[in-house]
Amino acid sequence: MGMTIAQKILAAHCEQDTVEPDEIVMAKLDLALGNDVTAPLAIETFRGSGVKKVFDREKIVLVLDHFTPNKDIRSAQQCLVVRNFAKEYDIPHFYDVGDVGIEHVLLPEQGLVLPGDLVIGADSHTCTYGALGAFATGVGSTDLAAAMISGEAWFRVPHSILFRYKGELNSWVSGKDLILFTIGKIGVSGARYCAMEFTGPVIKSLSMDGRFTMANMAIEAGAKTGIFPPDQVTEEYLESRAGRDYTFYFSDPDAEYLDIIDIDVSGIEPVVACPNLPSNVKPVREVRGVTIDQSVIGFCTNGRLEDLRIAAGILKGNKVARHVRTIIFPGSQGVYLQAIREGLIEIFIEAGAAVSTPTCGPCLGGHHGVLAAGERAVATTNRNFVGRMGHPKSEVYLASPAVAAASAVAGELTHPDDI
Amino acid sequence: MKLKGKVWKFGDNVNTDEILAARYLITTDPIEMGSHLMEDIRPGFPGEINTGDIIVAGENFGCGSSREHAPLAIKGAGIAAVVATNFARIFYRNAFNMGLPIFESAAAVQAFNEGEEIEIDISSGRIRNLTTGKICHVQPIPIFMQDLIDAGGLIKYLAKQRD
Repeated sequence: MGMTIAQKILAAHCEQDTVEPDEIVMAKLDLALGNDVTAPLAIETFRGSGVKKVFDREKIVLVLDHFTPNKDIRSAQQCLVVRNFAKEYDIPHFYDVGDVGIEHVLLPEQGLVLPGDLVIGADSHTCTYGALGAFATGVGSTDLAAAMISGEAWFRVPHSILFRYKGELNSWVSGKDLILFTIGKIGVSGARYCAMEFTGPVIKSLSMDGRFTMANMAIEAGAKTGIFPPDQVTEEYLESRAGRDYTFYFSDPDAEYLDIIDIDVSGIEPVVACPNLPSNVKPVREVRGVTIDQSVIGFCTNGRLEDLRIAAGILKGNKVARHVRTIIFPGSQGVYLQAIREGLIEIFIEAGAAVSTPTCGPCLGGHHGVLAAGERAVATTNRNFVGRMGHPKSEVYLASPAVAAASAVAGELTHPDDI
Repeated sequence: MKLKGKVWKFGDNVNTDEILAARYLITTDPIEMGSHLMEDIRPGFPGEINTGDIIVAGENFGCGSSREHAPLAIKGAGIAAVVATNFARIFYRNAFNMGLPIFESAAAVQAFNEGEEIEIDISSGRIRNLTTGKICHVQPIPIFMQDLIDAGGLIKYLAKQRD
């Protein structure tokens, strides 16, 4: 029996010829990631273990992106724990205010994750790197602590579900719409414990930025990882970034899948995920007229250059509605700088939007755009759970940058063609 | 070993933002985290818990973020175990790694109601409802997961491996 990409990467990292779904393996990691929310707990556990050195300081990445620039004294104290640790252990891939980006935009941009890698991150959206043909998955702080000690993690080898996208994309339909549509179809636990493998002609012509957006939300269907077969598009993205060798893995023709799901994209219109689950997906035209108080665009799901270009394309020459607070969150300093060079930031400001330094900020109700009771936001983020962006009685509609920008202008949920 | 406590019932897809809202991710103290457990979906919940009580929930418990603060908050609030139809995968591994006993039993979730007294016999995998007399069994776990529990969590397991 053949193996899937997911199986092949795990097998290669535990020195086995083959691995079977449900088998538990200890595997060697190429990278372990923590942020200012999860790393403090991991560091506490690491220090408590009595171990005095990290397995490989080059393979640990610490990114202070959630509550930075620090929103209050306690978040500053938490970050101090990580800052001190990074200094003490001389961690080269430590990112703080000034060079920090939102972790899942930053790591691929810096060439830290490459195809064929096995990566864990103490952040659920670590699955984003599957866009590069890596096996990347979110874990908790104890796993991160253990990885910093041993360089290994345990994995239950996942079953895979094959998704095949075909047909012609309608205008304004992006990677965000494809993944929301998919989660709407299979539900928030539809791929629980599985690897989602994204394939088909539509995927082949999807940009890297679109692929990152799709892989980012695999966790929203309960998946362990979302993975794309690497190709020419991957290769071009890596050309200026990869500083070491990498391996392309492909699923065997006779690999075994738990399920194969064919999706004809021709029928998909721009969508939103209504409160309070990412699976509560409807075409945006069906909820047209729902008023909004805030539109936030960017983050680890949609904070890449292509996303900002699309939003700027809609906002150019328009003004955001008087009552809609519109905030743009570029995913990294690199994205931000390029957006300045291309004139996108000027467009945002002229349209009446604010532009923030890269931070997770309001996505998890942290800072920089927290909602009050009864307020409603359209967001290019990945979660719309109760209280996710602030008050438990606030609401979040998940959407693409195009829909979020169009809705900001209209003051209500709107199809980009309707402004 | 047996765990005995009162049932607190929750539905499907209880996510980690509901278990512990992100505004409380500014501490590493489980007791403080526990004082905000389920605050947005059941205000006042921590004050109603007696140490040793048990959460019984539906499908995909603990979905969402990887925050280990979620199982830590549950433990910190005095909850002894969680029984659910099934668990989201990061929550599942976090619970075993940090030592919160969790059990999968669709039958128990169906049969047990809030306020009933239940007893979980960890070694036999049997849950007895002391209020109604009903008995359910939990899904057996892989040997590796049992080794993690026996060692007292992942860090101690690894230390044992090193010795």
